[in-house]
Amino acid sequence: MSLTKKDVAKVANLARIKMDDAKLEELAPQLSNIIGFVEQLSEVDTDNVEPLASVVDINLRLREDKVTDGGYQKEILANAPDSLEGYFVVPKVVE
Amino acid sequence: MTNLTSMTMAEALKGLENKEFTSVELTQKHIDAMAQAKHLNAFITETPELALKQASESDKRRAAGNAGALDGIPIAMKDLFCTKGIRTTAASKILENFIPQYESTVSQNLLNAGTVTLGKANLDQFAMGSSNTTSHFGNVISPWKNQNSNNLDLVPGGSSGGSAAAVAARISMAATGTDTGGSIRQPAAFCGLAGIKPTYGRCSRWGIIAFSSSLDQAGAFGRTVEDAALLLKSMAGFDPKDSTSADLPVPDFAAAITGDIKGKKIGIPKEYRIDGMPDEIEKFWQQGIEMVKDAGAEIVDVSLPHTKYAVPTYYVIAPAEASSNLARYDGVKYGLRVDGEDLNSTYENTRAEGFGDEVIRRIMIGTYALSSGYYDAYYIKAQKVRRLISNDFENVFKECDALLTPTAPSAAFAIGENEDDPVKMYLNDVFTIPASLAGLPGMSVPAGLNSDGLPLGLQIIGRPWDEEMVLRVGHSIEKAANFTAQPQLTGKIAA
Repeated sequence: MSLTKKDVAKVANLARIKMDDAKLEELAPQLSNIIGFVEQLSEVDTDNVEPLASVVDINLRLREDKVTDGGYQKEILANAPDSLEGYFVVPKVVE
Repeated sequence: MTNLTSMTMAEALKGLENKEFTSVELTQKHIDAMAQAKHLNAFITETPELALKQASESDKRRAAGNAGALDGIPIAMKDLFCTKGIRTTAASKILENFIPQYESTVSQNLLNAGTVTLGKANLDQFAMGSSNTTSHFGNVISPWKNQNSNNLDLVPGGSSGGSAAAVAARISMAATGTDTGGSIRQPAAFCGLAGIKPTYGRCSRWGIIAFSSSLDQAGAFGRTVEDAALLLKSMAGFDPKDSTSADLPVPDFAAAITGDIKGKKIGIPKEYRIDGMPDEIEKFWQQGIEMVKDAGAEIVDVSLPHTKYAVPTYYVIAPAEASSNLARYDGVKYGLRVDGEDLNSTYENTRAEGFGDEVIRRIMIGTYALSSGYYDAYYIKAQKVRRLISNDFENVFKECDALLTPTAPSAAFAIGENEDDPVKMYLNDVFTIPASLAGLPGMSVPAGLNSDGLPLGLQIIGRPWDEEMVLRVGHSIEKAANFTAQPQLTGKIAA
């Protein structure tokens, strides 16, 4: 499977990474090469095989439903590029 | 006084206990070595003042009889572990100025054991790479030199390249690493160190900057198997803050090193004899087989039929998880922001400028593999093959106690080599990725030099939760190989 410049642009949009034409040109063959490499997986017979999402047989633990931690507003905002009165600040979203 | 930067961590602990030297003295020697070996670029952030403060507190604890398991030992912390108040970058531009407000569980465990932090070790950006050439903060240079062309700088391996270079160069007594597809074992092999990745779930991932959550696991570098075992013991343990952390007691790993592997069955997987493997790697592997045989182990030929699909499986699953994990870098909550005209273009500008080429490549592959119409063909397919790979291991461990393979298909290569084709670089991890996909403990042990005078490592893979067997076999190879070679570029101090 070969990715066109248009395919790469679509994926870049999904991944929210800005790319100019030169970058799209550069990535198309590189990504095609990697996708071509992983496509050898199609040779493997995986009928009746369950997908493996976690290697460790651990049952997810439940904890009691109560507040045990929190109150870190200052710490959470400490690395924000922009914040105001306890909020993250972003460019205007609605007109 | 003995040379404080060349002794092992185990020896240093005895020396501290017997009051032959203090942690401040030990730490100062390593800080001097760090300054001497700056050109290796092993650290992104050096913390000498913090180290001396921690060392002096350690000396007080020891004097008061309250010393922890690793009290006063100077180590390097891979810059992927969040450290409270100390910049943590993941070797990226997007986190160039990120100061964590909390401590990762593993680094907290080590602080509780009394370790001294020399600094944050360089790595491949977001731990994506096998050569430490994708760091935003520059390449790490291996302290080893090729005897036949010693003008070239070599890679230390990756992604934990700074950790490995620091320990090999005698800047640091030991170091933490993380291993997603070989990022501890391959640099350990390239730098002549013992490096262990424990079973997935043995160390908490809480506070480790995430790359591929179903594969990432913390582990340890030491100049000896014993040192790696000691460090790992203090890193590991159950943590309710990581839902995949195992609620199991942590064995005394160092005590597992009994030197006795008599009667143990060591499997040799025939599929690891890959096409194009250099003769010297094949010969070196054979020597390793002889070593465990001489130690009384029984050799069993085994088959892991899906081995050749491990690398392609990994290069679907790891990028897919990475694309999801790295979605958090949006220029809003932390990290770099590059403003655009609206919120969407702010995201796009920030991520384009904040991520390096290899990280972008992997996010793109992962996003593609997870996108509508391709999810089943790539991601689910890879998860199914992953199960087959895991089943292969389960089957062979019915016949043997551990597996023995080379760690990497070559010794360290020159900086800039293997850069022309991403897939070529990915194949460096052909022997380490299968155990990662199966979540198994694996370790690399230095067992010889190649014809260029560069270290080669043997990998031992064990059953889930049986790091003790891995360490025991590793130690037996270490003893037989008697690896004493040292790199040419160390942080040696005159006088």
